[in-house]
Amino acid sequence: MGGLAHFLEEDGLATTQISLIRPQTENTKPPRALFVPFELGRPMGAPNDPEFQTKVLRAALSLLDRDDGPVLIEDFPDDAPADAAAGDGEGWFCPISLPAPPVDMAAGGGFKAAMAAEIGGLSTWYDIALRERGRTTMGLSGMAINEISDFVCAFLDGQVPDNANNDLSLAQRLKYAVEDLKAYYREAASAQPGHNTGRQMNDWFYGQTVAGKALYALWPIASDLADQRDDSFMKTFANLLLIPSSQKYRAEPKEA
Amino acid sequence: MVRIADLDEPERSHLGTIPCPEFTTRPWITGGPLSGRRVAMVSTAALQHRDDNPFLIGTGDYRVIADDTPDGDLVMGHISTNFDRSGFEQDLNVVLPRDRLHEMAARGEIGSVATYHYAFMGSTDPMQMEDAAHVMAGHLKADGVDTVFLLPV
Repeated sequence: MGGLAHFLEEDGLATTQISLIRPQTENTKPPRALFVPFELGRPMGAPNDPEFQTKVLRAALSLLDRDDGPVLIEDFPDDAPADAAAGDGEGWFCPISLPAPPVDMAAGGGFKAAMAAEIGGLSTWYDIALRERGRTTMGLSGMAINEISDFVCAFLDGQVPDNANNDLSLAQRLKYAVEDLKAYYREAASAQPGHNTGRQMNDWFYGQTVAGKALYALWPIASDLADQRDDSFMKTFANLLLIPSSQKYRAEPKEA
Repeated sequence: MVRIADLDEPERSHLGTIPCPEFTTRPWITGGPLSGRRVAMVSTAALQHRDDNPFLIGTGDYRVIADDTPDGDLVMGHISTNFDRSGFEQDLNVVLPRDRLHEMAARGEIGSVATYHYAFMGSTDPMQMEDAAHVMAGHLKADGVDTVFLLPV
């Protein structure tokens, strides 16, 4: 981010920026930066909180009125509302009751049946979120949710889905399918009002859903497939792009 | 509170040791009062139109986001899984605060909002973005922009 600011200022454009990782900003030394103590992924702090977002925006733009740089790195004083609530012990929980996964996944029809039941349980809330927000962020894979579920579960069943006539590589398509799957779950889970953090969402998805368990199961399968096909992006996907580093403690990966 | 010490390993070590470019100059462009400035936004969230070509690892190119693009046309093609996307899923303004910027323009706090905004994919060596950034600067100036607000994820 600081590099881009430097290039634009070289070309005569004044810049100000948000900083989410202060040490990186201190190293890059951009002309002006507002360090905010928010989660990675939320540079304006809080979704659906115009007042808070405006406060952040005004603070960042106000640096343009200063004449005591370069370099200006200021600290925004407030935590994001969801972070503050979490710090006060107000934990978010998913308000949707999902069907219990089979005790024996194989005897219960495997991941495919369990995920289909789970997606069915979420569908009403996903539709409500879609209607109220007027948008979904799904769509990278070009597949509908049931197609995504079938696609991911095919890998878990030891199959390699046909990828002929697709503009995306198999690994890229799998990456996008996984992102769309997570988006479907999170959009449904956040349909009801209330503050939530990304960490809370991740803890729910990876810790309490069949889909989350499916991604842990996919990890060694994708890693093996990468070796078999000498597919460097599939390897990167398996090891770095599938499970967030903060959630990897739940599973022991197969040695790559 | 995002402090390096609060992050889990290996993310903590990774983020704390990412090499940063070292510049020998410190450009510092000033301007008139905010109320007269035309402001564009540049995000590194890999925002893209649904039918744009996907962002690829290690490339420093950008996508153009017209200011009047409907929220529903934008998806996030970022490759990393180590930042939150649920905020973006609930409200585009948490990564690209277009509504807030327009409200400030309507109140006269800034002059105007640019016709085009831009998105890169972070997790990329900034030096890979240099050529594209200079091309983008030309487009920004052609749009009358004098001020850029940059947002990471």
